Amino acid sequence: MGFDIIEPGLSTTVQDQGRIGYYRYGIPQGGSMDQYSASLGNRLVGNTHKEAVLECTYIGPRITMTSDATIAVTGAPVDVFVNGDSVPQYERLSLKSGDELKFGVIKGGTKYFIAVHGGLDVPEVLGSRSTYPIGSIGGVNGRAIAAGDSISIGKKIDNGLPVLQSIPEADRPVFSPTVNVRVMLGLYNHNLSDKGLKKFLDGEWTLTPIADRMGLRYSGPGVEWKKREQPFGAGQDPSNIVDAGYAVGSIQIPGGTQPIILHRDAVSGGGYAMVATVISADMDLVARSSPGTKTRFVSVTMDEALEARREMTARDARIWS
Amino acid sequence: MTKTVEARYTWGGDEFLFVEITEGMSLESNFISNSIANALESKNLSGLVDICPANASLLIRFNPDVMNYQELEKTVRALEQDVRASARQILNTRIIEIPVWYNDPYTNETGSRFREGYHQRPDGNDLDYAAEVNGLADAAEFIKRHHESPWLVSMVGFVAGLPFLYQLVDQQHQLQVPKYLSPRTDTPALTIGHGGCFSCIYSVRGAGGYQMFGVAAAPIYDPTQNLKDFKDFMVFFKPGDIVKFTPVDEPEYRRIQKEVDAGTFVYRQAPIQFDVGAVLADPEGYNKTMMEALNGI
Repeated sequence: MGFDIIEPGLSTTVQDQGRIGYYRYGIPQGGSMDQYSASLGNRLVGNTHKEAVLECTYIGPRITMTSDATIAVTGAPVDVFVNGDSVPQYERLSLKSGDELKFGVIKGGTKYFIAVHGGLDVPEVLGSRSTYPIGSIGGVNGRAIAAGDSISIGKKIDNGLPVLQSIPEADRPVFSPTVNVRVMLGLYNHNLSDKGLKKFLDGEWTLTPIADRMGLRYSGPGVEWKKREQPFGAGQDPSNIVDAGYAVGSIQIPGGTQPIILHRDAVSGGGYAMVATVISADMDLVARSSPGTKTRFVSVTMDEALEARREMTARDARIWS
Repeated sequence: MTKTVEARYTWGGDEFLFVEITEGMSLESNFISNSIANALESKNLSGLVDICPANASLLIRFNPDVMNYQELEKTVRALEQDVRASARQILNTRIIEIPVWYNDPYTNETGSRFREGYHQRPDGNDLDYAAEVNGLADAAEFIKRHHESPWLVSMVGFVAGLPFLYQLVDQQHQLQVPKYLSPRTDTPALTIGHGGCFSCIYSVRGAGGYQMFGVAAAPIYDPTQNLKDFKDFMVFFKPGDIVKFTPVDEPEYRRIQKEVDAGTFVYRQAPIQFDVGAVLADPEGYNKTMMEALNGI
């Protein structure tokens, strides 16, 4: 019951909702980088939110089914082929044992997801199947999938919801070349000079190719820091602080040049000042960016962030009803 | 006149509360951060997701769907005042011996690959540089200073199970070394690193910006949980642990590695009560007491 990996793709990992509660040990939350897209896949195949999916990066895997299965491909726009025939994304697909699934060229974003009814049956580690390659835990033997791997599919699931054949156009995520990412200023924003803060919020930032599950680095106008005497143990550069915990989604600017948004596989702490944090409702939006995406950071209040989170939760509840 | 002492409270988006005890590193700040973390943990609040005590700050993750953020701040501020008001600062912890092969070929080879554009000093290795910036005669003297006084695990993080270590000596005796000018893309697993006033042990192989002084002989992160010290959890260190580095030569390093491979290695460790006031008053004397506890094992 499952499928064989013929070609693994560029970096394909098993992910789920993540491994929450171990950040204090330096173990990141992990989980599908674009949670909304992954959850649409699970909804289509009749799973719950919790089942593990395959997260593909640019180039997806080539897979041969060893049993019949219901699958769906969601996330970044890409050509999908079953036995060489083009099939749609955001639709429930029935595959037969022996069928071959493969992918063409990605047309936006960087991450797309393969959901399978029953979920991917790899062992849970610390309550999650998400792959954390640096710590060699989760997924298939703690690493990205490799040619020759056989992945099992979990047991049939009754999620008690009506079958959904296709995600309506209006509910599909958008992969735009320009985005406004809502952030809450805070943490060490007081270390920026007034001019530096203005540059951060008024500037247009472009996502560089240095972007992965750990963090995304942007180029742009740079920022400036206040002149001050560095505190004991912090290090000499004005962007240095005494090593502290990093909020997931926080934005650090080493040297004051290129902001880095820490994402779901973030290092849990370090010595660079963070000046703002992406609100939880916009973490998926960041995950949908690709190198070249023009990005503006828009400052919002806690109440606005919580309102955006409520809207996100309401949309999710509607799709899962 | 009493000075108002209060941490700085700030938000890391809608899911994180960040509490900076002080801007600079100190043993007292670290103790306060860990004490607030422990007190908060024992409250078992619903909606509290993760508590990450750090060197001189605390990062708290909460679920805003379940927990009101203003209530959380109020709770933590009250705990902070309790912790500051308590007369004795005592931590029930343990002292652990960590065998280290200083000036080993693995870190030296890696260091030699990251010189031009990465390191401040093209000649010599990271130990030579660390000795120079601390005004010490040579690498041997720096190594002696590094292992003769114990260290406090002031934070666990960066990657899985990596301890940040703060040496239990007066501030003027703290070893301070700048980080690499630009981070390396490679660091051997179990490298003893140092940046600013902190040492660390790299739990896994990977990127890193700290100066490299040696390698620890036994694992500190074991996802297979084979060794006895990892039966309960794959991460060995906890904030508040006390570390005594012990220099070993190559034959001893190889012998320990064989024990690790055979699954028989156990860390030498002893339970202790760590008294922050006592260590601040007389670090040298207090360190002797702690060493007696370890040597009694």
